[in-house]
Amino acid sequence: MNALRKKVYLVAGYNTISMGTGRKEFNPKKERPGLEQYITEAGQATLKMIGGADKVDECVIGNFIASRFNGQANMAAFFPMIDPGLRYKPATRVEGACATGSLAVLAGVKSVLAETADVVLVIGVEVQNTVKAIYGADYLAAAGWAKDRKAGHAYFFPGQFSERAGAYFEKYGRDRTRQAFARWFRNAVENARLCPTAQEYHNTAAELEKLALMEPNGKVFVDHLNVFDCSKVSDGASAIAVVSEEGLKRIGIPLSEAVEVVSFGHVEEDITKPPVDRTALTTFAAAARQALDRAGISIHQVATAEVHDCFTIAGIMAVEAIGLAEAGKGPDFVSAGHTARDGKFPINTTGGLIGWGHPTGGTGVHMAVTLWEQLTAKAGDNQITIPPDRPYGLSVNMGGDDKTLVAFVIKSATA
Amino acid sequence: MTYEERLQNVSVLGAAGKMGSGIILLTALEMADLSLKPEHKGKTFVANAIDVSHEALAGLVKYLQTQVFKAAEKKMVQLRHFYSDRPELIENSHIVDEYVRHVLGLIRPSVRLESAYDSLLVFEAIKEDPAVKNAVLSQIDRNNPNKPWYFTNTSSIPISELDEGAGLEGRIIGFHFYNPPAIQKLVEVIKGKHTLPELGDFALKYAKNMKKITVPSNDIAGFIGNGHFMRDLLFGISLAQRLSSEMPLHEAIFTVNKVTQDYLVRPMGIFQLMDYVGLDVCRYILSVMNPRIAGGSLHAPLLEEFTAKGVKGGQHADGSQKNGILQYDKGKITGVYCLTRDGYAHHNDFEERCNQRLGAMPEGTPAWKNAVRVSDKDSLFKPHFEKMKNQDSLGARLAVEYASESARIARQLVTDGVANQVEDVNTVLLTGFFHAYGPVNEYL
Repeated sequence: MNALRKKVYLVAGYNTISMGTGRKEFNPKKERPGLEQYITEAGQATLKMIGGADKVDECVIGNFIASRFNGQANMAAFFPMIDPGLRYKPATRVEGACATGSLAVLAGVKSVLAETADVVLVIGVEVQNTVKAIYGADYLAAAGWAKDRKAGHAYFFPGQFSERAGAYFEKYGRDRTRQAFARWFRNAVENARLCPTAQEYHNTAAELEKLALMEPNGKVFVDHLNVFDCSKVSDGASAIAVVSEEGLKRIGIPLSEAVEVVSFGHVEEDITKPPVDRTALTTFAAAARQALDRAGISIHQVATAEVHDCFTIAGIMAVEAIGLAEAGKGPDFVSAGHTARDGKFPINTTGGLIGWGHPTGGTGVHMAVTLWEQLTAKAGDNQITIPPDRPYGLSVNMGGDDKTLVAFVIKSATA
Repeated sequence: MTYEERLQNVSVLGAAGKMGSGIILLTALEMADLSLKPEHKGKTFVANAIDVSHEALAGLVKYLQTQVFKAAEKKMVQLRHFYSDRPELIENSHIVDEYVRHVLGLIRPSVRLESAYDSLLVFEAIKEDPAVKNAVLSQIDRNNPNKPWYFTNTSSIPISELDEGAGLEGRIIGFHFYNPPAIQKLVEVIKGKHTLPELGDFALKYAKNMKKITVPSNDIAGFIGNGHFMRDLLFGISLAQRLSSEMPLHEAIFTVNKVTQDYLVRPMGIFQLMDYVGLDVCRYILSVMNPRIAGGSLHAPLLEEFTAKGVKGGQHADGSQKNGILQYDKGKITGVYCLTRDGYAHHNDFEERCNQRLGAMPEGTPAWKNAVRVSDKDSLFKPHFEKMKNQDSLGARLAVEYASESARIARQLVTDGVANQVEDVNTVLLTGFFHAYGPVNEYL
């Protein structure tokens, strides 16, 4: 399979605030918005942009694990709450751990390709600040193999990626890699400071790289990563509409405000097996390669990427996995500033998971919204220049420790 | 007897009190962690929480449930290792629940002193009264065949006096926590004349395992902590009384409290600290210290006047501050007790007048809560004190005078043989009183 058999567009993206520590309005002791508020805010915003609920054929909601954070399942039935016009319309909930959001977008894309819908409303949501991080760690551990939980770290996923970082340090050198972690963190926060919905929007820390170089302390956290190497606990939702050419006409949005889904990559790896190589994201690389191959382009035709930096080490390995640097050279690429917003290949231009936030089920949708904004010149203060000879955007969203991977190649609908 | 064996049967006397509850918490956690080590599995560890009333012990159990829960969450990384051989404990929440059950299971609340008759280690955190302490300790020692060790939390009574009074043959050491023990890092360790060296070794290991900072104090009434605090407090009172020739006493109290908190960048002003500790406790400590120190010069008639009017300070059961010399609303100071009016004068009535007399605060005066976290104290306090020395205002003059007195008291403690060195006094003030800088410094 190469090019999509039909034109598929993304329009009308919207992000709520990514709420959690770091935001001034966040107070863990006070009552906060729940799933209902985030879903409603994001859903209504996108509906408004596309002309209302009656334009929608189908809905998809991505959510990782509200069953535990919020005691809530059957999430598809939230759509009629957003707008009574969505009552009795088909809706589906999808789940693929932290890749859930991209799976939701992909489900919309497939409905359009299958010609069962011309306009699909896609929402990704997660509300995780309902429990302390130490218990949230258990819920999120479900993204790994349940039978690995017992032997795993108290903070399960930081533990998994700490092991990866340790292996990477050993093979390619600790100091230079940690320097790159620090630069990754700085880029994330600097981008987030330009984006009012980002969790790190209010971050005013001076000397970000120095801060990020704080020594990890395995006695209270993990051996090879510190808190600045990790994305935070976030509440938030993102929404976008996936539409066909007919759908675009129906909602009356011009091509100039749409992006085209050129291709997707979607691969799965065995959840019961440890990583093939702790120093590389091999499944991640396969998904990115699949998407680029299907689009018939190379990474050098891509202007910007949204990659899944749940941890800085994942960011560094992502740079290698998408083909920007050879194995072991990711740290140099990042430390040279190439992935910063003024670098030659800006990555995570609204902050990524570390800067913007990581409401798990929403993250893949947020990636799609960011690329839509960048490629339609709607990114505000976060806007980067998209060179005419490199009109593409790439997103790669990862579920678990390199298990469920979804990638998209996207370009402006008029490019 | 090994460290672990010694901790297999412990009693805490006064376990439901402010200090005792923290001591039983920390001790039970330490015992639990020992009992979870593979080499100690199957051994029984017992912590008797002894106090005088069932009501107070019921409150203690609630406090412990909450605190052990928090402690478990904080050391989750370690706990997962402890429970690695328990296949049914998978999630962090399972482990937290199991650990809380385990720790609370070690603790035996009791209103019977007899519970301590089997113990190997007895922590004493009862009333700061030599006669009561002697009676209780000697009763246990007569009936306990194990020749137990005694750790006393006294903040003022010489250890040798308790040793001799209760006939303990050197099996006692001063182990003075600061309030609240679960949070404050400091422990003053005081050996009496005949304290056995093994107790000292044990005390240091035990303190280290609880992540406490120890400062040795010599066995002179009040030790370092109260030795400094009581004299500091008396100076605060004398200063207020001196100022009261120029202004009403309650305004003078406000003035001295403000200077000691804001100008000296301390966590509380000196009168607020008296309220925090409780005026009765302050009086009591003075009454213990006074006959036991050379000169016997520690008197505070003003404290007697306040307590005679029922003005006592101290804390409510929930830890919030009771009204004392100062009046509080949700922890904020709102007024000062006026002895001539038998009631509180509200800040609004005099604050501005007092501030005008004090003059402008030195520019750039650091806030305590920021200053306490800064590692380079000199960069903050050198210029601050420099400004105060050069500023011609009542506030700056009082602050410099007060700081000089505080330094003099600290040096005197060394001269009097209470502290071995001024650094120890500084450590006590920094870690036990949360000061941002030590009283002996190069700022003056």
